[in-house]
Amino acid sequence: MQTKKANKLTVSELFGKLLSQQIFIPIAALLLLAIFNLIADPSFYKITYGINSAGAPVLSGYLMTILDYGSELAILAVGMTLVTAASGGQDISVGATIAIAGSVILRVLCGTNSRPDTLQAPIIVAFLVACVVAMIFGAFNGVLVAYFKIQPMVATLILFTAGRSIAAWINNNELPIISDPVFSYFGGFIPGIPIPTPFFIAAAVVAVAALALKFTNLGLYTQAVGINESSSRLNGLNPAFIKFLSFVILGLCVAVAALIKVSRLSSINYSVIAKDIEMDAILAVALGGNALSGGKFNLTASIMGAYVIQFLTTTLYKFNVQSDALPAYKAVVVIFLVVISSSVVRDYLRNIGSKISKKGVA
Amino acid sequence: MKKKLLGTLVCIAMVSSMLVGCGSTAATEAPATEAPATEEAAPTADAATEAATEEAAAPAADGELIKVGIINNDPNESGYRTANDKDMKNMFTEENGYEASFAYSLKNDEQITAAQKFIQDGVDYLLLSAADTAGWDSVLQDAADAGVRVILFDRTIDADESLYEASIVSDMAKEGETAVEWLKSQGLDEYNVIHIQGVMGSAAQKGRSGALDAAGFNIVTQQTAEWNAEKAQQIVQSVIDSGESFNVIYAENDDMAKGAVAALDKANISHGVGKDVIVMGFDCNKWALEELLAQNWNYDGQCNPFQASYIDSIIKDIQRGKAMTEKTIIMDEKGFDATTITQEDVDNYGI
Repeated sequence: MQTKKANKLTVSELFGKLLSQQIFIPIAALLLLAIFNLIADPSFYKITYGINSAGAPVLSGYLMTILDYGSELAILAVGMTLVTAASGGQDISVGATIAIAGSVILRVLCGTNSRPDTLQAPIIVAFLVACVVAMIFGAFNGVLVAYFKIQPMVATLILFTAGRSIAAWINNNELPIISDPVFSYFGGFIPGIPIPTPFFIAAAVVAVAALALKFTNLGLYTQAVGINESSSRLNGLNPAFIKFLSFVILGLCVAVAALIKVSRLSSINYSVIAKDIEMDAILAVALGGNALSGGKFNLTASIMGAYVIQFLTTTLYKFNVQSDALPAYKAVVVIFLVVISSSVVRDYLRNIGSKISKKGVA
Repeated sequence: MKKKLLGTLVCIAMVSSMLVGCGSTAATEAPATEAPATEEAAPTADAATEAATEEAAAPAADGELIKVGIINNDPNESGYRTANDKDMKNMFTEENGYEASFAYSLKNDEQITAAQKFIQDGVDYLLLSAADTAGWDSVLQDAADAGVRVILFDRTIDADESLYEASIVSDMAKEGETAVEWLKSQGLDEYNVIHIQGVMGSAAQKGRSGALDAAGFNIVTQQTAEWNAEKAQQIVQSVIDSGESFNVIYAENDDMAKGAVAALDKANISHGVGKDVIVMGFDCNKWALEELLAQNWNYDGQCNPFQASYIDSIIKDIQRGKAMTEKTIIMDEKGFDATTITQEDVDNYGI
């Protein structure tokens, strides 16, 4: 009798623990989508091995597409999670900053001629310049938020509005096109490696972020600032600097995402590149179960969230859902998440949970 | 001692944050101040380059410059608009007998405000590419009362025909028909078409989709990519992943065709003249015509942005007192085939 009771308790405890785990939300969403696809059409999971037009071996199939196109979002989710945790707000200018960083990359590669036969500078130089520029723009947002105490969404609204025009000016409103095949490796395949490069880039970014969180106090400090700014100050932290830093880190993530974006087409269109990607990045953070009001965060969950969003997008494309209706489906997901994570629903669920476990005891 | 140090630090921080603040606001404000400057400078700067190419100046009857107010959409909107704006600036110069002022906006209300200002300034002609079709009646009535003649270009509006002299537009449906006729003439055994649409409801989308819908080809997928190359790439990628076969990509602009081709390249599907997939685009961007020249694409339909010469001849007719025969003037638009296009075409028609 005694043992049975203990058993029951652990089962409900285990269930409760699983539910309360942050990563449960994206994993559940992923499973739901995966099962739906398995039932609707198992060929979704087919991966074929072939040769691309450059003569290199490639793997293709819906799963590869998800890994490929979800990568920019995963990279942005890393930065956006830190910004959300530290400042309790979101940066809505990432799409526009991607346009700027992408424009800088092309500008450096092309020089003054918008259609060069040879690259005017090594790709790594162009990328580093773009990193610096994107971090400066991130710093601009960071200063407004951290030192001028402007709400993040309002502060980043400035670049959200002006960013794409700035991007156009950087290249004199021309549309540079890069013909060097090496440049297309970053958004495509490196010859000989059958897995899309963006996935490796995303993995590298995630690894760097994980190492930084493990070996520095960045994660701890960020959470402390997000949870309670004044108490973190009393404990000797500089909350403004931590917030500022999070925006600069997001700037770096933006530059990496921009490299992938411009590499995909070897060109840029200022008004539509990475359009609405900020909303997807914020959604990834929310889907990861992170509180959008700041504080504790889970990077792994956010990255999972990013791939779940791409999973959803790819699934919808597969079923020929009109692409202008995609935001509506994402909105449904958002509504569901927001309602689930609201304190009212959580309290209600907790009550039900405790009633069940009480009954179990009785 | 400590307090002093703190004080200095705070001072430095404040000064530096002010500097940073100033620097960044300056950066964001720069565009605002720059825009009008370039507008004013443009006619004079263009004048020098234009003098050689333009026909002899045709000043107004009394020898004075004709005052025109030009209201256009933001030139950054697209390659089409950039070419359109450049064409206008090249035509309406002092050498050609015009005194032009420009106003740009993508918003209807701002355009209407600009129109009112031009009417107050006493322009002779108001040239208008409206952002939205509705809401122009009263301001055009004001223009008529003030004796300002109105000429519409590129976009039509929902207003009484008597309120404007002429309207110079592209016939999007005809563009689509020309393209579909060309596709039919290719004589393929079967037509399996991926149809990538522009922003739903736009005039270009309606015209170009309408022709294809009427043709009765087998449509593998019909999706809007909203003029966005990345979305087009994903849509085509999705069709490739599904394993369905297709042999035509009908993209309603060049950007989307480019995105589609990127997906084809990734999957090793050959495209172009004599290859597996026929690629069709619209708008005749210069880089797109170069793809045609390299036979990577098959067809590109023109959407003519060069309306200035049409407007010029209308104004001259009106000045001479000649009556207009037609209110709506449809521009000549071509379709280019990769097998017949020449470098000359690329230079002349690329935008």
